[in-house]
Amino acid sequence: MRTLIFRTVAPYFTSLMLIYSVFVLLRGHNEPGGGFIGGLIAASALAIYGVACGVSPVRRAIRFHPMAIAGFGLFMAAIAGVMSIFVDVPFLTGLWIYPKVFGVELKLSTTLIFDIGVYLVVLGSITSTALALEERERD
Amino acid sequence: MASAKKSDVNLENAMVMADPALADWLVAAPLILGFIFGAICLMQRKNVLLQTRIALFGLLLMLIADIGLFINVWQNGTVVMTMGRWLPPFGITFAADMLGATFALVAGIVGLAGGIYALSDVDSTSRRYGFYPFLLLMLAGVTTAFLTGDIFNLYVWFEVLLISSFGLIVLGSERRQLDGAIKYAFLNLVATTLFLIGVAYLYGVFGTLNMADIARKAPALQEAEGPHFAIAIMFLFAFAMKAAAFPLNAWLPASYHTPRIAVSAVFAGLLTKVGVYALLRIFLTMFPADRDELGAVIAIIAALTMLVGALGALAQTDIRRVLGYLVISGIGLMLAGLALGSETGISGSIFYAAHSMIVMTALYLLAGIIGRLMGTFDLHKAGGLYQASPWLGALCLVLAFSVSGLPPFSGLWPKVLLVKGSIDVGAWWLAAAIIVSGFLTTIAMVRVFSFSFWRTRAEGLVEIGPISREGRIKLYAALGLTALTVIAGVYPEPFIQVSDRVAFELTHPQTYIDAVFGGNQEGGGQ
Amino acid sequence: MEVAIAILTGVFFLVSIYLILSRHIIRVLLGVAMLGNGVNLTIFTAGRITREIPPIIGDDATVPLEGIANPLPQALVLTAIVIAFSFFAFLLVLVFRTYQELGTDDTAEMRDAEPEGEASPPLGY
Repeated sequence: MRTLIFRTVAPYFTSLMLIYSVFVLLRGHNEPGGGFIGGLIAASALAIYGVACGVSPVRRAIRFHPMAIAGFGLFMAAIAGVMSIFVDVPFLTGLWIYPKVFGVELKLSTTLIFDIGVYLVVLGSITSTALALEERERD
Repeated sequence: MASAKKSDVNLENAMVMADPALADWLVAAPLILGFIFGAICLMQRKNVLLQTRIALFGLLLMLIADIGLFINVWQNGTVVMTMGRWLPPFGITFAADMLGATFALVAGIVGLAGGIYALSDVDSTSRRYGFYPFLLLMLAGVTTAFLTGDIFNLYVWFEVLLISSFGLIVLGSERRQLDGAIKYAFLNLVATTLFLIGVAYLYGVFGTLNMADIARKAPALQEAEGPHFAIAIMFLFAFAMKAAAFPLNAWLPASYHTPRIAVSAVFAGLLTKVGVYALLRIFLTMFPADRDELGAVIAIIAALTMLVGALGALAQTDIRRVLGYLVISGIGLMLAGLALGSETGISGSIFYAAHSMIVMTALYLLAGIIGRLMGTFDLHKAGGLYQASPWLGALCLVLAFSVSGLPPFSGLWPKVLLVKGSIDVGAWWLAAAIIVSGFLTTIAMVRVFSFSFWRTRAEGLVEIGPISREGRIKLYAALGLTALTVIAGVYPEPFIQVSDRVAFELTHPQTYIDAVFGGNQEGGGQ
Repeated sequence: MEVAIAILTGVFFLVSIYLILSRHIIRVLLGVAMLGNGVNLTIFTAGRITREIPPIIGDDATVPLEGIANPLPQALVLTAIVIAFSFFAFLLVLVFRTYQELGTDDTAEMRDAEPEGEASPPLGY
């Protein structure tokens, strides 16, 4: 699998997929897409990088342990649900604000935070599974 | 989405407009705390010490939340919160009645005891690989499974607790563990998938997934025979497998002795009881009529489960596997109450379930302590413990009596209730099975006791040292649980009051339905 | 349409049960994955199959149009797919790991946790 062509292309491919995954994540706000599928795309991007260049460059590149990333995602998702305690509505109620930044109205919500959390959980857990499998292949 | 722009829509038809009381948050608190602290622990995977402290703090907070919830439900009746303000049955409802709150409370105690015991049992490598995060997530899954009021949501929590338990059971990755984990994982996954099939049919028939809504609609559909009964059998099959009832018990003795003792202990205390809980909830709250029809079948399953479990325990040489079979035997007793269906029987079941959660966990913890002291779990090589630590022997005897149902410990009272319930309806054979299984359990446990404590230590084995300083922590965890069983045995009045009230609520599901729908009885028929 | 999908679901269950009954773990794993798909189709069919209108409320309306597809089974299936997927990933790692460690994927030969021919417990001392 580690051909020259693949190894040269893989980093570009990975970065493109990562950007696309963020696009899919944000698009899920109003249209098909969302955290889960975005996380899967990002995880497969890292998996491709791992196949092409080996597992340890991937681990170095993402800096944190994949499970720690998943943990952060879980934390974000839980916090997004709890925020509704401050405005006296039940757990997990979506809260929205519409700030104007440079004349453009942004629709921000706790749902988005939750979705980013899901993105990170999927990214972290699937990446850690994929890396575990790739690592063992070489043993 | 509650967009501020569309204020012309009348939200009252679709949403809960009343503000939830702060106390209502207690229903969601175990879930929130478990997830937040589990997540923090996952992020702190390198810093084992800090991770441990955070995790224990989280477990303690969860227990406090469970206690608060229990008191609240005891005083004010069923506590309900609907996620995201969507009116039930559209939103996912969390509803804590006495059944859920009681089980959640005991689960909190078991989780904390397991967490404390793990301080000196689980090495730092296993902790780095996520012992505490998985424990917290599993406890959150178990507790929320007790508290949710939506059957698909129940499935989701089953899966949450299942995947965390997978993480726990493979910690250490020894050959034995992988073997046990394979059997545990596949059979449990098949069981939850069967549960999901049942949910699919349920949705096809009822068009709703809210338990209270189903309970409300069930009587009308009862006449229409057909799929209704098939769904009930599907659930019985799936949850009997989760609860390790005979003849679907093979996975439990194949796997429960393989992981770390702290893991075995919380598994024994929590996992099978979720299956029992689901059976109680489905057959008593949702389909009481089907329970009446299946009662005889459940009774036979219950009798066989307790006898097979006790006989299996007699045939084992490994102490942990003896305990594995005793877990199964206890499941039979809990099912006996469900089979009887009378308030006395159900009350006995509930009390026995709580007793079993506490005592089985304590027994596993104790097995861990004596196994560590003797250097083996094999009864052939056991011996000499009495000289080393007579007090440990007393502890072991208390727990052995308690699990066998001898006075004056907590196993006695629920068995009295169950035997009385069986004789009331003339099911003398069920009463006989309960007594015989108790007798067999006594033999199995006393054998464990006499071989590991009274027999002199065989030649050529290492001397048994005193319990080390950090080994004491383990002892405290076991002692705390044992104290509970002694208290419940000597002074059972309040415990029986609780289980009677649970049984009353379960046999009168209307209170549960009313609590979920509030005053809004017409709300959201499809 | 329902009949056709019901038959398809039946085929899914048939294949998966056949695979699960195998002694080889890898086949059992594939069987469990198939079972998950079969269940998803079941949920989908249980929600009644309509292919008329997507269940989206337009900007100018406050209630959905008549005859929309039922969105709930789709949400359920989505959840079930996510769960089945993560379980498949975990079990794949577990099976692979076990195969490496034990050198077999035959369940009849996996006797580490429950060794064959164990001595019966001591009867007296």
